Amino acid sequence: MLSLFYQFLDTFAFLVLASTGLAVIFGMMGVINLAHGEFIMVGAYATAFSAAAGVPLILAIGVGTLAAGIFGVILERLVIRHLYHRLLDSIVATFAISLIITQGTLIILGPTAPAIGTPLGSVTFGGQSFSVYRIVLAGMAIGLLALMYWFFMYTRYGVYARATIQNPSMAAALGVHTRRLYMVTFGFGAALAGLTGGLYAPTMSLEPLIGTDFIVQAFVTVVVGGGNILIGLPPAAALLAVIQSSLTAWQGQLIGQVGLLVAVILVIRILPQGISGLLRGRNV
Amino acid sequence: MNRLTGNLSGPQTLGSGRGFWGAFCAAVTLAALFPLIGNAYTVYNFAYLMVWTFMAMGLSLIWGYTGILSFGQTAFFGVAGYSYGVISINLGEDYGLTQVALLGALLIAAVFAVLIGYFLFYGGITAVFVSIVTLSITLVLETFMAQTAGPEWAIGEARLNGYNGMTGMPPLIIPWFTGQIYVQGITLFYFLLIILVAVYLLLRMLLNSRIGYILVGIRENSERTEMLGYDIRRYQLLAFLIGSTLAGFSGVMYTTWGQYLTPDAMGITAAVLPILWVAAGGRKDLTASVVATIVLVYLSQRLAIMGDQYALVVMGAILLIAVLFVPEGFVVAAVRFIGRLSRKKMR
Repeated sequence: MLSLFYQFLDTFAFLVLASTGLAVIFGMMGVINLAHGEFIMVGAYATAFSAAAGVPLILAIGVGTLAAGIFGVILERLVIRHLYHRLLDSIVATFAISLIITQGTLIILGPTAPAIGTPLGSVTFGGQSFSVYRIVLAGMAIGLLALMYWFFMYTRYGVYARATIQNPSMAAALGVHTRRLYMVTFGFGAALAGLTGGLYAPTMSLEPLIGTDFIVQAFVTVVVGGGNILIGLPPAAALLAVIQSSLTAWQGQLIGQVGLLVAVILVIRILPQGISGLLRGRNV
Repeated sequence: MNRLTGNLSGPQTLGSGRGFWGAFCAAVTLAALFPLIGNAYTVYNFAYLMVWTFMAMGLSLIWGYTGILSFGQTAFFGVAGYSYGVISINLGEDYGLTQVALLGALLIAAVFAVLIGYFLFYGGITAVFVSIVTLSITLVLETFMAQTAGPEWAIGEARLNGYNGMTGMPPLIIPWFTGQIYVQGITLFYFLLIILVAVYLLLRMLLNSRIGYILVGIRENSERTEMLGYDIRRYQLLAFLIGSTLAGFSGVMYTTWGQYLTPDAMGITAAVLPILWVAAGGRKDLTASVVATIVLVYLSQRLAIMGDQYALVVMGAILLIAVLFVPEGFVVAAVRFIGRLSRKKMR
């Protein structure tokens, strides 16, 4: 029972951390960034290289987050800003970017990267051992959700962001510098992806294609959650985590993944606006 | 002449008039003569290039003409390919039963397409969500096939074999009075060429007919088309069915060409390739899609000599430039440019 709960928490953390960055970008700019996995990879790689150079892990993760954020801003200035509110084109274009980045990294850095060991060891409960680090990650995921809430509700940037999400032209008419907001938000979303990469770097063996391990689940969570990150993402992540962890416990990892994808297909059919559409509809 | 060519030319497809059709006949003749001058390897290779054109034409029909961005082409490719493998391994290669396998595989792909299409279009799923659902289906299939490596995963005598790849399926065999004709090498080349030209011409006729106009209407403004009294779901389903079955045909041909199939053909990188070719050529035009597919597959083969990564980086860059700067497609843009030049000359 305990191990089932641990699995759920672990999957929930993964989904939240993987998808928050994507959700922020999708919610504000209507861009589905399929290169999101590559921002995660950039963060993971930056973290791995700094940790291998001797930087303590926490700072290395900070480096990873920053690196991904800067990379995101550069990409936004060069490419992404042409794609706002062009949903189908953004899917295709960011898919192309993802291809360029993964293959480019493969060319420049080769198929491997320095490995970091998982810190903090494990703890035993009732005859089964659990990784402490992954429990920490679960805590961080919940903390991240709380941070997002505080951020969007109680800061000035948050107000601007919510205004622009709701009605970009009105926000612009009221003096919100929407172009700059988009750039900052994209960088912010990329930084969140980098944070995820950095946090998970000690738990996996790194290679240029690790982004693909994250993108599918992030994508699915964002779609199920709908456009509103605050009310859509947590329940979506919780629901999908239940589905994936129970299916994995029953039949194995691959069936868990399959179940996730089947779930998104069904949700789109029943709730095209995602969970936030469902909740918002009720609140009206 | 017009009666014969009839609907072959029209506003939906690039190229009309004697110049175009003359060039077309010349191209087909050159292609037909190619095996006489090329060696076995280049013929083999050119056949490979033609295998993918069906998938591209299908996607052009679904995405370019009807406006549905379907990531599912590779799913149908895989389903048909694996179906062919399973059926042909179990039935054996005598008495022309490989034809049965071919038709069976296409039928399975078509049924699959109808089911998915019904779910999508009659369920009111539109635009980006179709893309998401079809991408998810492709990934589900790849994930599922990936874990079929063990011996328990077999249908009849055919082992699915996961990433080890399914092998042992016979090539297409046409029973003939003089004996069995193995559709391989030069025979495969001509087989593909004939079917390619036939499908191309048939699609042109379809697209320039009333149905084609309705499809384009759905692409341009589906609500308006609906309000004009057309049941758009039916036409979307039709386009999806034809396009996906064509992708299935590519799948069967690929399987008979190499007699080998792995889930890589259904993976996320494989899923973007047809989109890439069609977007780079000009998705709204059938001819552009075919030309772009042949050119780009050939180009990526040349580049892959240095390493797959280089080929994919260049392909990704081409797609990105196309989406950002040349949204109508390079081939279409080039043709229009030439058209403008020749018009200027006539002044």
